[in-house]
Amino acid sequence: MLAESLGLSAILFVIGVVGVLTRRNAIIIFMCVELMLNAVNLTFVALSRYYGMGGQVFVLFVMTVAAAEAAVGLAIIISIFRHRQTVDLRNINVMKG
Amino acid sequence: MALSSSHPLAGTIAAWMWLLPVLPLLGFFINGALSILGSSHVGPSDPDMGHDDHDASPAASDQASHSHGGDSHAQAVPRFRALTAIIGPGVLILSFLLAASIFLAMRGVDMSAPFIQRYWSWMPVGDLRIDMAFQLDQLSMVMVLIITGVGALIHIFSVGYMSDDPGFARFFAYLNLFVFFMLMLVLGANYPILFVGWEGVGLCSYLLIGFWFTDNANASAGLKAFIVNRIGDVGVLIAMFMIFANLGTLDFTGVAAGAAGLPFGGALVTTICLFLFLGCTGKSAQLPLYVWLPDAMAGPTPVSALIHAATMVTAGVYLIVRSSFLFAMSPIASITVAVVGAVTALFAATIAMKQWDIKKVLAYSTISQLGYMFVGVGVGAYTAGIFHLATHAFFKALLFLGAGSVIHVMHAAYHHSGSHDDAQDMRNMGGMRKAMPITWIVMWIATLAISGIPPFAGFFSKDSILGSVYEHAGDSVLTNATWLGMSGHTVLLAVYVIGLAGAFLTAIYMTRLMLYTFHGPSRATADEQRHMHEAPWLMTGPLVVLGALSLAGGWLNLPSIMSFLGPVGGLDHWLEPVVGAATRTVTNGVALEASHSTEAALIGAAIVIAVLGIAVAVLALKPASLVPKAQSPAEHGFEKVLANKYYVDEAYDDAIVRPVYGLSKNVFWRGLDAGIIDNLFVNGSAALARGLGWIGARIQTGSTGVYAWAIVVGAIVVLSAFSFR
Amino acid sequence: MSMDNFGLFYQFHFYLFGIIAIVSAVTFVTRRSPVAAAMWLIVTMFCLAAEYVMLDAQFIAAMQVLLYAGAIMVIFLFVIMLLNLGEASDITDVRGIGGKLLAGFVGLILIAEVGVLTRTGIPSGKYVVARDFLSQQLATYGAVGAVARPLYRDYSLAFELTSVLLLVAIAGAVILGRKESSSAR
Repeated sequence: MLAESLGLSAILFVIGVVGVLTRRNAIIIFMCVELMLNAVNLTFVALSRYYGMGGQVFVLFVMTVAAAEAAVGLAIIISIFRHRQTVDLRNINVMKG
Repeated sequence: MALSSSHPLAGTIAAWMWLLPVLPLLGFFINGALSILGSSHVGPSDPDMGHDDHDASPAASDQASHSHGGDSHAQAVPRFRALTAIIGPGVLILSFLLAASIFLAMRGVDMSAPFIQRYWSWMPVGDLRIDMAFQLDQLSMVMVLIITGVGALIHIFSVGYMSDDPGFARFFAYLNLFVFFMLMLVLGANYPILFVGWEGVGLCSYLLIGFWFTDNANASAGLKAFIVNRIGDVGVLIAMFMIFANLGTLDFTGVAAGAAGLPFGGALVTTICLFLFLGCTGKSAQLPLYVWLPDAMAGPTPVSALIHAATMVTAGVYLIVRSSFLFAMSPIASITVAVVGAVTALFAATIAMKQWDIKKVLAYSTISQLGYMFVGVGVGAYTAGIFHLATHAFFKALLFLGAGSVIHVMHAAYHHSGSHDDAQDMRNMGGMRKAMPITWIVMWIATLAISGIPPFAGFFSKDSILGSVYEHAGDSVLTNATWLGMSGHTVLLAVYVIGLAGAFLTAIYMTRLMLYTFHGPSRATADEQRHMHEAPWLMTGPLVVLGALSLAGGWLNLPSIMSFLGPVGGLDHWLEPVVGAATRTVTNGVALEASHSTEAALIGAAIVIAVLGIAVAVLALKPASLVPKAQSPAEHGFEKVLANKYYVDEAYDDAIVRPVYGLSKNVFWRGLDAGIIDNLFVNGSAALARGLGWIGARIQTGSTGVYAWAIVVGAIVVLSAFSFR
Repeated sequence: MSMDNFGLFYQFHFYLFGIIAIVSAVTFVTRRSPVAAAMWLIVTMFCLAAEYVMLDAQFIAAMQVLLYAGAIMVIFLFVIMLLNLGEASDITDVRGIGGKLLAGFVGLILIAEVGVLTRTGIPSGKYVVARDFLSQQLATYGAVGAVARPLYRDYSLAFELTSVLLLVAIAGAVILGRKESSSAR
């Protein structure tokens, strides 16, 4: 079942990537990133059958980081929305050096 | 470690041996703290408040006028002086008492194996396993007793000598630290611990030579000692690497066991020994690395006595005896040690003949005597080398302290008269025996000892070395070895003759020192003479004790021919478990015992040479006709060459220092550093970064979408690198 | 209690949930309304939770439902509601046909590369631990204990650091989310 799990993981990951590349709504892009993280988690769990419990432990860490990321990221989006009244990526270009 | 648990010394007072170095370390911390708390400035006295108040005339005040105590300005006396005066020597006395008790405990038990205590694992790296461990055996016991005993006496002397110095606490802090490292050196159970002590005493030597560092000459003398020693230390390091690479251990016991398996006289063991000896020439001031020791006299005189005569400079001798299992395996290295020692002994003795600075004479004398020790350990007479080390510690410490006493008095007299003459120059002294009778007597004892007049200590030890050279020339593994194409027999006989010649010169220059300093009319002014009187008991007390030791030190190891004087060969028996095997290797397994008639002849020759030397000096030198330094004519001819120490410093300057300096300045600095590195690399990379940054700034659009694409494309590139590997 | 023992039954469900996950993920990226998208993402996450159960990671499955589908996605929905973005907005959310094609092409390349990498054997598929290691762990320590033991033993430092990370994230979110106008006045 390892090959199937990894394949599913790869497909989900690529769907996430394509979503990031094609969407312009910041919140949806964010959700795509969450999908990519989920795909990676699947890899960890699938491989933990072969390599020991470390994989499952790491899934927990990934979840924690995802939670932290969601909290901060969404706060940033709210903050941007307050300033520009939009979450359209084309209008978010403040990262210019 | 099984060794320590089963050893008969386990559970006795010897288990406290870690306290030996820890006590001085404690003293270092306390005195160091007092030094920082006690004075607003850590350094030597501020010129504004120190000596310079009588510098109304801008006479060229040399280093001596700046340095040697004799200053009684109330504001310069630091706080906590009394506390430092108790703690500084106190820790040494405690350490000595502990050492003495351990010594007594050692006498009763079977000490065929060393008593090793492991405290913690220091460097466990792969196969390399270095423990913080101390090893107590007969050899380290002898060294510990000398270091703590002579050290304690010199500490007590220093209380008087340095009493008016603003850096009083700092001085004792450094001195305590030195003793700590010296004890590490002799107690360490493996080469790295020894090396820590080896480097540590070098550091303290540097700190104490440059103790009065506001004077530029003192600071550079310290630097010179430090740098010259580094050259030798590289040798020790390389030797350690080679030992570990070939034997897999650095513990003395392990190396001793492994050394027996090495091919006898092979290239490997010879190379290791020669690299070790390179370190010894640096630390123990032998040719060609001796040049730092005369300059080291810039430090306070007790420092010269403790570090640059009695203990630190003998570390090289200790290292060779400690590694005797290696040196005994290599006749070529052993003969090299003996030859370098002999040549140094004669070379330094000739220079000492024409020095006027009382401390310089003693410095060259120390180099010469160290040469004798290396002759001893070189020919495989390890006990004789340690014997001379011990007696030399007594009489040379005494000579230095006595000289310090004289300088102290001279300086005090100059201070009263306001003179700025050289307080260390013998031409300015003369007739001091009237002012300082005790110093005069003990100095004569030391002089007779170093000259080799029986029954003083130096006679026995020097005779034991020269006798061993003669015996080993006749029948030992060295006899049959070839050294630079010459047979070992010839070389050792030459060493013996050089040794005798050196002994002759030793008697002459030491008598010269005594005559010019204590005899004849005083060359000081009447006003100055009125202020000359014996140093306080704190200073004369240690002198008297050392005088007694110089007188009786020979009884440590009486030769068998003199059994009527008492028990013979004390040190031989004591050190037999440590160096016995190595000595037997050198002597083909038989205990060499020259016939009594030969031995009597050798002793007779030594005595005749010594007496002849003193007689020549007394007859040829006229203290009465000597004039003070200021009116002395310049030397000429060979005398000038000797007075200028064969121009070795100048030769080193021209041959090594200047070319290196020129190369550094023109090629490495102007060419490499300023040209290539600064312009091409530093400025070039800055320009490159600026250019790339300019391009990068164009790419940064600030649009998040573009960034997302860039990340994905980058990921694809990285994955392709993995996929199409 | 795993696919190896139950065979076809498990295999069928594994494929079933896998297909649902892919379909719902595709639906998720193509929805214009953020609320709809979030709902489809939650479906994907539930499917993944089911897959975890079949991969002998029951505790992770529970966490997946509680943390991802529960906590994180609720925050997303909460923010969408807060910013009043619930309906398909007038912003052209999906890029033009060229962008879509290019993105699809890139996705295909990625899948191809992952396939190549899998074949060249970076995950070898060989058991480093015993074949029934996971079942043994579950039987001995239970679903929670099997994960908790390594987490609190081998990874205790990482665990503590993660807690610090969460604390920092909370502080950061509070500061970023505060209305600046009130403090600026």
